[in-house]
Amino acid sequence: MASVTFDKATRLYPGSTRAAVDQIDLEVADGEFLVLVGPSGCGKSTTLRMLAGLEEVNDGRILIGDRDVTDVPPKDRDIAMVFQNYALYPHMTVAENMGFALKIAGVNKEERAARVLEAAKLLDLEPYLSRKPKALSGGQRQRVAMGRAIVRQPQVFLMDEPLSNLDAKLRVQTRTQIASLQRRLGVTTVYVTHDQTEALTMGDRIAVLKDGVLQQVGTPRDLYEAPKNVFVAGFIGSPAMNLFDADIVDGGLKFGTATAKVDRDTLGATSAKKVTIGVRPEDVKVATSGQGLPVEVDVVEELGADGYLYGHTEIDGNRVDIVARVDGRNHPNAGDKVVITPEPNHIHAFDSESGERLNKKAVVAS
Amino acid sequence: MSGSLNITAATVDPGLLDLPWALPLELWPEETIAALPKGISRHVVRFVNLSGYVVAIKETSAELAKREYDMLRTLQRLDIPCVDPVAVITNRTSATGEPLESVLVTRHLRFSLPYRAIYSQSLRPETATRLVDALAVLLVRLHVVGFFWGDVSLSNTLFRRDAGAFAAYLVDAETGQLYDGLSNGQRENDLEIARVNIAGELLDLQAGGRLDEDIDPVAISDGIVEKYRSLWKELTGTEVFDSSERWRINQRVERLNELGFDIEELAIRTDETGTQVRIQPKVVDAGHHSRRLLRLTGLDAQENQARRLLNDLDAYRLAFDKQDVDEEVVAHEWTARVFEPVIRAIPKELRGKLEPAEIFHQLLEHRWYLSQDSGRDVPLAEAMTSYIDTVLRHRRDEATIINPPTGTFTAPVDVLDDEDDWRSKV
Repeated sequence: MASVTFDKATRLYPGSTRAAVDQIDLEVADGEFLVLVGPSGCGKSTTLRMLAGLEEVNDGRILIGDRDVTDVPPKDRDIAMVFQNYALYPHMTVAENMGFALKIAGVNKEERAARVLEAAKLLDLEPYLSRKPKALSGGQRQRVAMGRAIVRQPQVFLMDEPLSNLDAKLRVQTRTQIASLQRRLGVTTVYVTHDQTEALTMGDRIAVLKDGVLQQVGTPRDLYEAPKNVFVAGFIGSPAMNLFDADIVDGGLKFGTATAKVDRDTLGATSAKKVTIGVRPEDVKVATSGQGLPVEVDVVEELGADGYLYGHTEIDGNRVDIVARVDGRNHPNAGDKVVITPEPNHIHAFDSESGERLNKKAVVAS
Repeated sequence: MSGSLNITAATVDPGLLDLPWALPLELWPEETIAALPKGISRHVVRFVNLSGYVVAIKETSAELAKREYDMLRTLQRLDIPCVDPVAVITNRTSATGEPLESVLVTRHLRFSLPYRAIYSQSLRPETATRLVDALAVLLVRLHVVGFFWGDVSLSNTLFRRDAGAFAAYLVDAETGQLYDGLSNGQRENDLEIARVNIAGELLDLQAGGRLDEDIDPVAISDGIVEKYRSLWKELTGTEVFDSSERWRINQRVERLNELGFDIEELAIRTDETGTQVRIQPKVVDAGHHSRRLLRLTGLDAQENQARRLLNDLDAYRLAFDKQDVDEEVVAHEWTARVFEPVIRAIPKELRGKLEPAEIFHQLLEHRWYLSQDSGRDVPLAEAMTSYIDTVLRHRRDEATIINPPTGTFTAPVDVLDDEDDWRSKV
């Protein structure tokens, strides 16, 4: 096992003026599960493919452990692309299905048997080793496919949107399985997804990319509570954080007819008259009257105990959509006019020009 | 059926509309189904008879279906041998309004065979090597246009007989990506995927007792690497030679023609002193012989079949001393006097056995053996009678063999019934 280092790694496609991946500096610790996340076209898959050796690195280096692999062919990098459409062969036993790639690689029989057994134990497949795949359930078959990657004992696992073809139910199941298996194996893993929920639930740390530039790396909590900029704030969390511009007034920020309290340090970090304010839906208080930001309710989505209110308001003549978490039963209805205020000290503030975070401290969600 | 069913297609076969779209594929009634695919596939796939042809219908997400449809159309435009995308159908709902998965409809390639339908008892070494060679050619062609396959395997390929060899067609483009050009790493990765998958597929045949004892699955699968590399080098490699050796330009063109490729664009550079020449093919097109045959005779054939037919055309020209006559005129004569009578002589009920050009190739082979055995030149008509009665009549129909579509399955999986051995159906 080994760490992974991106050292100012850059990928510039021929004929393009903008780098698809721009000087990425990223350290993945030995045994860590790192998720690369971002919207489509952000460079996350390109970053993974650079590590896999499928994309040229035009500038900078990539290291696996202490070894510079920048110019090493994919099959010599000691990595495994998991879920790369692994086929299961119907006439071969589970053990043969898991071990045949080792046979091709010239690993001897005893060693093969030992590695297959070890992987089967980890995957709870030991009782099925001599069975044919047909006799297995869908989930067990998937574990056999994982077993094919595990027996190779690679230094790093790479996974590129492995769950994108699955239906919603199987996706959630497999997500949990992959995460727990990775922890049991302790193999350094780099995982690409566009789905921030997947990122938050699976990764030890998450790297957020946009336009080929690394925006922030941190634990799910870091990203949720202290997003480094407006982009990360809006991307991480579902439903997304409410973000709009607010005037700086005496004692805080203008929030409709109310003043939202923001600590002095935060607003001291800017000399502008406005900032971008960020409030998570769970940090919004909804009232039928009083001081605050007036919001017209468009729809309320009931999810059992909780619900989400989707509405809109107008700020400086512009329509702004608002989301607030509400009680699943006692909540306003579509067409109602309500007033919202933020929970005190649950406000993220960003420079409205640069988008950079102004808060010094994390904002712990309610 | 839902009123809002959404069909994307270049031309819609009305028969497509009559299919039971409000049912999941698994539950389609037997009468609509041409045959039940054996085994287990990543998605549920079914084959259905439409007006005079068979289509494969694959259930998948709307996004993947559209993506694969567009990808196959793009590959077709790039002249890549692949299955023909017919339609994408989205917005399916059941009778009770439950949403159903979208489908991709592709047209079955007539006379194409899954690799597991190519042998009767067990796969022989020569056949295995030919399949791997055909796949290597397909992979090179895909890489030349910038297509990274990601799931290269015998299962994801269909094969058409090609005068003793095979021509490979891409079936599954789901994992593929088209780039402006591929990096060496991408090509190497596809090649490694191919090597491992082929070995797996052959080991599976071995485990099922369907592989000739003489075959070493690992050695055969390694074969794709060498075949691929030599072809890639020939198609894309740079050659440097002394400017006095300019005949080497023609030699390169001829070598590529012999391999079945035409050079559309060749970069030729000389160094500053003018003593060295550097050449590199920039654009190559497959189908050198097929194109020539098509131009001369209007016949559409695979590359090696075309080569065979062209050889016979040349022999005809020589035999009747027509070297001075315009090539097009002789070709027209040969088609009318030699090729067409042969094809017309095939009894109607045997026409589904093999493609016409393949029959012609086999007939020439048959005549050669007959002549050798009898020590005289056997006329074509005599050979034809013998070929029809002793060979063709005893072959299976290969026009619409669809089973088994794949010998492997990928997680996650949907299971279909597979009680019958597919071999009972071919």
